[in-house]
Amino acid sequence: MERIDIHPTHKHGDFKLRVGRPMPFGASLIPGGVNFSVFSSYATSCTLVLFKRHAKEPIAEIPFPDEFRIGNVFTMTVFDIDYENIEYGYRMDGPFNPQAGHYFDKTKILLDPYAKIIGGRDIWGVTPDWNDIYQHRSRISFDDFDWENDRPLEIAPEDQVIYEMHVRSFTRHPSSGVKHPGTFAAIREKISYFKELGVNAIELMPIYEFDEFEHSRPSPITGELLVKYWGYSTVGFFAPKAGYAATGKLGMQVDEVKALVKELHKNGLEVILDVVFNHTAEGDQRGPTISFRGLDNKTYYMLTPEGYYFNFSGCGNTLNCNNPIVRNIVLDCLRYWASEYHIDGFRFDLAAILGRDAWGYPLSNPPLLETLAFDPILAKCKLIAEAWDAGGLYQVGSFPAYGRWAEWNGKYRDSIRKFLKGDGTVGDAAQCLQGSPNLYESQGRGPATSINFITAHDGFTLADMVSYNDKHNEANGENNNDGCNDNDSWNCGAEGWTDDSGINALRSRQMRNAIAMLMVSQGVPMLLMGDELGRGQNGNNNTYCHDNELNWLDWDLLKTNANLFRFVKNSIAFRNAHPVLRNKYHFQNRDYVGSGYADITWHGTQAWNADWSPSCRTIAFLLCGKHAKAGTVEDNYIYVAINMHWEANWFEIPGLPEQLRWHISVNTGCTSPDDIWEPGTEPKLENQHGILLGDRSIVILVGK
Amino acid sequence: MAFTATLESSGDAAKIKLTGELDASSAQIFKDEIEKAAVNKPKHLVLLLQELEYMASAGLRVLIFAKQKMGVDVDIYVVGAQEMILDTLEKTGFIQGVIAVDDYDSLELQSA
Repeated sequence: MERIDIHPTHKHGDFKLRVGRPMPFGASLIPGGVNFSVFSSYATSCTLVLFKRHAKEPIAEIPFPDEFRIGNVFTMTVFDIDYENIEYGYRMDGPFNPQAGHYFDKTKILLDPYAKIIGGRDIWGVTPDWNDIYQHRSRISFDDFDWENDRPLEIAPEDQVIYEMHVRSFTRHPSSGVKHPGTFAAIREKISYFKELGVNAIELMPIYEFDEFEHSRPSPITGELLVKYWGYSTVGFFAPKAGYAATGKLGMQVDEVKALVKELHKNGLEVILDVVFNHTAEGDQRGPTISFRGLDNKTYYMLTPEGYYFNFSGCGNTLNCNNPIVRNIVLDCLRYWASEYHIDGFRFDLAAILGRDAWGYPLSNPPLLETLAFDPILAKCKLIAEAWDAGGLYQVGSFPAYGRWAEWNGKYRDSIRKFLKGDGTVGDAAQCLQGSPNLYESQGRGPATSINFITAHDGFTLADMVSYNDKHNEANGENNNDGCNDNDSWNCGAEGWTDDSGINALRSRQMRNAIAMLMVSQGVPMLLMGDELGRGQNGNNNTYCHDNELNWLDWDLLKTNANLFRFVKNSIAFRNAHPVLRNKYHFQNRDYVGSGYADITWHGTQAWNADWSPSCRTIAFLLCGKHAKAGTVEDNYIYVAINMHWEANWFEIPGLPEQLRWHISVNTGCTSPDDIWEPGTEPKLENQHGILLGDRSIVILVGK
Repeated sequence: MAFTATLESSGDAAKIKLTGELDASSAQIFKDEIEKAAVNKPKHLVLLLQELEYMASAGLRVLIFAKQKMGVDVDIYVVGAQEMILDTLEKTGFIQGVIAVDDYDSLELQSA
C-alpha cells in the first residue's frame, strides 16, 4: 500500500508537491522526492527556484503555498525530481529596510545555508561568469558513503601532535609529484609523509565552501591575481570546498573528503577542521547577498542600532552566534561534520566572537560555547578555540571552557619566541614548558588545554621567524599595512636571505631550538606545514591572498633541508616515545610515587639551583620517568638544558638513581647528524656530571 | 548511447555487463540487477565495464549499494573500466573498496 505521507497533494506545472517536514532544515532525500525546508523570521513569502545543473536560467520557480509555512519555516516536498542534476535556491520576499536590519530582495536567488554541496566554483581558479544570476548554487548530496568500520580515533589530546596545513598549498607545487595537485585526493597520496614525520593529527585550514574570487584583485607588483586563498570566509558551512576536490567538477567532493578522512583514520591520523563561524563571505552592506543576508539578515548578523554590521571579525560582518537560531545552525553544522564526515575535532577561528552577545558584549556564560561543550554528538570531538578576536577580546587562559575547550595558546608562542631570541624570562618559558599551569591549573584545566605553537598560518613561518626582524608584506598590495607587527622574531644578523655561513648556522640552530622546546613542552604541540622543511615566505607574515610559491610547499626542500627534516622527525619520535612528556595532569612539584625525585625539578647551570632572575638566559629541568602519566606508566628520566645565552655555558647535570646513566638525545649545538639521535640509539654521555652547552643551544638527555 | 545492464551467473561469480551511460535516470536498472545477483549469494561480483562510457555519481552510489548489499565477504571486481571512470573511482577513493582488473577470466584461470 502506498504511504499516504508520500502522496502529492499539490501541483505546480509538472511538479507534484506536498507540504514538507520542517526538520531537518535543508534539502533531504525522501522516498520519491526531496524535502525542502528553510527558515526566515521576517520573510513574507518564499519561492523555491530550480535549475538544471550549470543552467543559466531556472527550470521552475515554485512558490511555497501559504499552507506550506509552519511557524517561520517554509517547507515543501517536491516529487519525482532529478535530484542528481538539479541545483536549487530560494527567493525571499519581505521588507527592504537596512536601518531596521532587513535586506529582503526577491530578485536575488539565495543559497540554502544548509546546502551540503555548493556549485558555482567547481574548479579552483576558473573565472566565474559574473553575469550568472545564481553564483553559489545549492545541490543535494547523498549520505551513503561506505565507511566500513571507520570511526573517529579519539586519541587522547595530550598524545596528539598536530600538523596545521592548507589543502591546496600542501600539494599544489609541481615538486609534489601527485596526480591531482592541490586536492583532497592528493593528500591521500601523501599520507606516508605524515607517518614518517610522526604527527597524528592534521588540522586543515578552512575547507568549507568559500569563494577564492572574493575581493580578488591584480597584484600591484606582479599583476598576478590576488585571491581569497586561505579560505577564512565561509560561503556555506555544510559543504566542502569544491575547488579543493579533484572531483569538484563532477560534484563528488563529498565522497572525496570522506575517502580522505577514512584513509587518514586507517593510518592513525585524526582530522581537525579549522572552522570559521565568526563571519561570512557576505561582508558588510557593500558585500554580495549570497544567503544569510537575504534570508534573515537581522537574525544571522550582529547589527548596530542603526542597522550597520558590527565588525568584530575584521571582515565586515559578525555572525550573531548566540542567537538561538544561529546557535542551532552552528550546532547542526558541527554535528553533521562529526557524524557524516567522522571529523575528530574543530579549531574555531576567532572563537572569542562566539562568546559575545547580540550587541557584542562578552557573555559570562555563552550559550553557544556551553551547548557545544555538552553536546552528545560532539562529546569526543576536540574543541579548540582561537581565543581572541579582531575586536580586542583576548581570552587565552580565560576562554569559557566548561571542562572541554582547549585553546591556541598565543601566550606560549609569544613567551617562547621571546626566550628563544634572548628576551623574555626563564619564568615565563618555564610555565610554557609545563603546559602553562599559570593559565589553566587553577580552573582545573589540564596541560592539553594548551595547544602549543610557535608558528601558525598567521605570522612568520619558522624559517622566516629566524630570518626577519620585520614583516615584508608588500606583495599583498596593502602597503605593508596588513599582518601582525609584533612578531618577536630575530633575523640573527641580516634581514632575509644571506650567504653568511655564521648567520645561517645560527638560524639553523634557532629553528632546531624552537622545535626542541615545542616537543618537550607539556600540552599539545602544533607544527605549521613546511616548518619541518624550513619553508619560508620571503618575510611575508600574512600570505592570505597568494596562490603561488609563497604558500605552496616545495617538496624539493626535503632534499635541500634534509637535516632539518631529520631533526624534526626525530624530535617528534622522541616525544612519542616518552609518555612523561605527555601528561594529562599538571606537575605537582613533589614525589608522589616514592622514586626519590619530584615529578619535575628545576635546575640551572648548577644542578638543583635554578636561576629565576629576570636577566637569566639559562634553565634546565628534570622529569622523573616514574611519574609519567601520573605514575601509571614507567618512562625514562629526561633532562632538558636550555642555554639561550649568547655564550657557551657549562651545565652541571643532576644525578640519577643508581644503575641509570645519562644518554644524549639532542644537542642543537652540534650539526647533523650529531644534533639528534633516534629514540633508542642515544649514546651514553661520557661525563655524567656536566655538559658544555654551546651558545643558544639545547641539550636533551635520557636517563636509562 | 542507452544504458544496459545484463546479468549472467557462472559458478561463484555473478557478472553484470554494463554498456552506455550510467546516470541518475539509469541507475535503478543497475541497482535491480545487483539485487537479482545478490539472490544467488555469489562470492564474486564482476562488473564488466569495457563498454560503459560514462558514470555519474548516481552510478557510484549503486557501487556503494552493491558493496553493502553483497556484504564484506564478496569481492567486487571492476573489469576493463575506461580511463575516465577509473580516474573517478580513484579520486573518490571508491577504488579501495573494489578490485580493478583488465581481464577477469584470465584471473580466474590463473587461480583455477
